[in-house]
Amino acid sequence: MSSGIKVRPGTVADPGTPAARRTRLRGDLAARWHRDRVLLVLAVPGVIVLVMFHYLPLLGNVIAFQDYQPFLGISGSDFVGLSNFSVIFDGDPEFLNALVNTLIITMVQVLFVFPLPIALALVLNSMLNERAKRLTQSILYLPHFLSWVIVVALFQQMFGNGGMLNEWLRSADLGTFQIIGVPELFKLLITSQVIWKDTGWSTIIFLAALSKVDLNLYEAAAIDRAGPVRQLWHVTLPAIRPVIVLLLILRLGDSLTVGFEQILLQQGPVGAQASEVLDTYVYNNGIIGGNWGVSAAVGLVKGVVGVVLVLGANRLAHAMGERGVYSK
Amino acid sequence: MTGLLETPAERRARRNHRSASDERPAWMGRQPRWATAARGVLLTVACLAVIVPFVAVVMTSLAPQRDISARGGLVLFTSEPSLAAYRAVLSGGVVTRALSVSVAVTAVGTVLSLACTIMLAYALSRPGSLLHKPILLMTLFTLLFNPGMIPMYLIVKQLGLIDNLAALILPVVVNAFNVIVMRSFFLELPSELTESAKIDGAGELRILTLIVLPLSKAVVAVVGLFYAVAYWNAFFSALLYLPSPEKWPLQLVLRTFVVNQTPLGTDELSASTESLPPQASIQMAILVMSVIPILIIYPFIQKHFSKGLLIGAVKG
Repeated sequence: MSSGIKVRPGTVADPGTPAARRTRLRGDLAARWHRDRVLLVLAVPGVIVLVMFHYLPLLGNVIAFQDYQPFLGISGSDFVGLSNFSVIFDGDPEFLNALVNTLIITMVQVLFVFPLPIALALVLNSMLNERAKRLTQSILYLPHFLSWVIVVALFQQMFGNGGMLNEWLRSADLGTFQIIGVPELFKLLITSQVIWKDTGWSTIIFLAALSKVDLNLYEAAAIDRAGPVRQLWHVTLPAIRPVIVLLLILRLGDSLTVGFEQILLQQGPVGAQASEVLDTYVYNNGIIGGNWGVSAAVGLVKGVVGVVLVLGANRLAHAMGERGVYSK
Repeated sequence: MTGLLETPAERRARRNHRSASDERPAWMGRQPRWATAARGVLLTVACLAVIVPFVAVVMTSLAPQRDISARGGLVLFTSEPSLAAYRAVLSGGVVTRALSVSVAVTAVGTVLSLACTIMLAYALSRPGSLLHKPILLMTLFTLLFNPGMIPMYLIVKQLGLIDNLAALILPVVVNAFNVIVMRSFFLELPSELTESAKIDGAGELRILTLIVLPLSKAVVAVVGLFYAVAYWNAFFSALLYLPSPEKWPLQLVLRTFVVNQTPLGTDELSASTESLPPQASIQMAILVMSVIPILIIYPFIQKHFSKGLLIGAVKG
């Protein structure tokens, strides 16, 4: 803490007796309080909100160990040890189904959705006409700012049974193409929605990294007769590798969190078997179904696993010589 | 921001990078024709995939029954646009009420969020100040751990916020990511400015309002947009915390009447039956109204993205 304080006149380098040091420290604290009191007061509203809505709810996770009864409250409900966690350890089929769906969706997204913004950023970055590039970016960023309700509504209007695509196919006598409300294609549907909504926006960070690449490296590579492909492989990709690793780590940390609002909105017609993920399980089972303790237990395990995954992936990144989310 | 800190060499590099980018740099070989063409096709298709749904939705909201039944669904072009659907939807009733709820929540929420975020970020932009480290760690930690849906619901309930519009705002007033973005921007400002103001006798509040904020318009605009979009788009928190339909924001109305296809009748619209425009137009009008505020603000703030956000995100 003290490392950042500037030495003020009157502060002596001599440590002095313990008693003298204590008085000085106290004086120090008072002086610092006097100097920084406005800053501290400014921080108060934000700190209160964070404590109320991030730290207090963390404590609320104790109901994962309780037979929580809404009318008794947290203080009145009985503790039941780990029995709420039994759905997880005994492999309750509904829970397992949600877990499997979650992991499949994560895998599909890491494999197919994650590389897309990188490719798009490379294409955008290779555009020479600055105005066309800006216009393209403006258009492609936009869907990110639409809510999931809007995106789902747009997809229904375009691809639903009475949607634009099917009306067109019918008028051309080409049959119909059903993707909305078909359980087998549900994961494909939500993946394409994620791609439509966020691919453009996700390029922003890669474009920033690309703009920082030293142009002299390309020149040097060109002098060494490296063609466009080798320049991409030996200059561009290594330059943005730290950003790729960083985002991959963050994505892995969110492995158990996939498209909650998006899926909740479209669960009705496809059913739980195809669409239930851990977040919707917690919602449907807890808030709708009233199994508070069990749902809180699942939510808690999900949160802890997420943190462990981020920290683990970060360690792995360090071991591989990358910077990761935070430096060691 | 840029221009204050960079060295002449950096400025030259930046200018070269911008102005010369329309020409091919010497080291870059001529791109083969097919590559340029492929890129053009790819990007055009991507842009159309974003634009076409909007055009279809707007056109359908303006189209008369005749066009809609001729096409069976969405209309890409209508020869006689009419505002009947908007008139019906805005004449009072469910949608009008939801619209005013959404506008109020977004306005109040964004102002509150910006105020709290600016103050916290400014307090955290002085390394070495009292309690700087614990508060910073406390803020960062919230990024790592999400408390979970059920405990969150219980806290909101405990605070008596169920069925209260404040439940849409208070839990999300401060977003740690936005605080960090803004703090990084503040840290980048040259410390000589604040030092000299201090020597001239300015207090922290004066420095914040007269020096730091005017220099930080870009980041305030971007963070403000993020908050405003989050409030405007809030769907799940409303579903969770607002059981009575008369308090619903636009997103929930959109889900009920467009995504779930519940038909809107005269009860919901407070309009007479014979003058009711086609159901499809009404639904698309609701959709358009939920998109329009974003489309209006977006072009003004979009130019700040690179300046405001990236300084925070990449360097932070």
